Amino acid sequence: MIAIIDYGAGNTASVINVLKDLKADFVLSGDKEIISSADKIILPGVGEASSAMNILNELYLIDVIKNFSKPFLGICLGMQLLCRKTEEGDADCLNIIPVDVKKFNLQKTKVPHMGWNQIELVNNNFLFNGIDDKSYFYFAHSYYVAENEFTTSVCKYGINFSSSIRYENFYGVQFHPEKSAEQGIQIIKNFLSL
Amino acid sequence: MLAKRIIPCLDVKDGKVVKGTNFVNLRDAGSAVELAERYYHEGADELVFLDITASIEKRKTLVNLIQEVASVIRIPFTVGGGISSVEDISDVLNSGADKISLNTAAVKNPDLISEAAKKFGSQAIVAAVDIKKMSDGYKVFINGGKQETELEGLSWCKKVSELGAGEILITSMDKDGTKSGYDIDFISNLVKLVNVPVIASGGAGTKEHFLEAFNAGADACLAAGLFHYQELKIRELKNYLFQKGIQVRL
Repeated sequence: MIAIIDYGAGNTASVINVLKDLKADFVLSGDKEIISSADKIILPGVGEASSAMNILNELYLIDVIKNFSKPFLGICLGMQLLCRKTEEGDADCLNIIPVDVKKFNLQKTKVPHMGWNQIELVNNNFLFNGIDDKSYFYFAHSYYVAENEFTTSVCKYGINFSSSIRYENFYGVQFHPEKSAEQGIQIIKNFLSL
Repeated sequence: MLAKRIIPCLDVKDGKVVKGTNFVNLRDAGSAVELAERYYHEGADELVFLDITASIEKRKTLVNLIQEVASVIRIPFTVGGGISSVEDISDVLNSGADKISLNTAAVKNPDLISEAAKKFGSQAIVAAVDIKKMSDGYKVFINGGKQETELEGLSWCKKVSELGAGEILITSMDKDGTKSGYDIDFISNLVKLVNVPVIASGGAGTKEHFLEAFNAGADACLAAGLFHYQELKIRELKNYLFQKGIQVRL
């Protein structure tokens, strides 16, 4: 059973639609018992970081997530929440991956980074099986994680940033696989087969 | 590199796609869901749905439509038309849309943009601005182009971007449905003024028109009738743009 964490952070419908297509066994829940006993967790994310952290806290999910030892996928804001802290609402995040989230520089680029951008795979990573280097994925975000030792793919937008990161069982993607056509579906398929 | 986007726009009334000229004379272009699915498979980067249903049942039909669309496409889509509160926005996003567009409601209550951006993030809030060239410059129109406002085009666009809109969908009413090309003057001035992505709308008639808009600095180009009646295929358009050196997702 895959648990999609329901924490009021917007568009869970699209992730659910992809899981239905793939005939996955899933539940959308904010219940800590259900989530901690899942085989996999997906933390989707559209919304604002500090309020998302507050809700995770109110649901008693922070320790549940930190202690989870099976495959975990954070999408967009869900990936950023895996980090140490973010400039968005100056919030402390889950601190599972010791890197920080910064805002794009308005002087250099348009913000949000919105649309389809190419990624370069930098580390051999099962999540990207069957994905060609320089494939396009759909991004919609104003904050980013710089390239770091946990980076598994890089995207260029004014600077090089992490389009995906990984630490042990925790996977994060900055793009929206559920909105990235066939390439994105492949990513979710790969996650399901972890 | 970030690709330039091609966005088919579906003006929807009671679940059917309609398309007019200069905002009037609607004609039927088929089922919204079927058309959405076709555009997804043809390589559209994103879709925009503008709901012009006026009935009391509107909200329910809109939610049903969004759910159906979300179940068949795997690319982002924006929904607009009559959205006027944070609750409306929440309904639309929870049904599976990625972004909402605000037009009349934003003019009447600019704070709605900042409230919505704070709650849902700027990336989910598109400011749709309808402009028309008047004797005293470009003016913003609301209520589906029926009502002129005091607002000047460029300064209103600047304002919405400052309030937190993550994108501006600029429609030239003079050009809409005429197939005479986008309003290049306005677009090139707009992209210099704001720091958010700009979607050009109104006037696309040929592949060259898209190229002109992208060269003028547009981040995305929107078109409706041209795609609905298959006068131009999305793949053919993207191949053309690629050959002309525009970064597109092929």
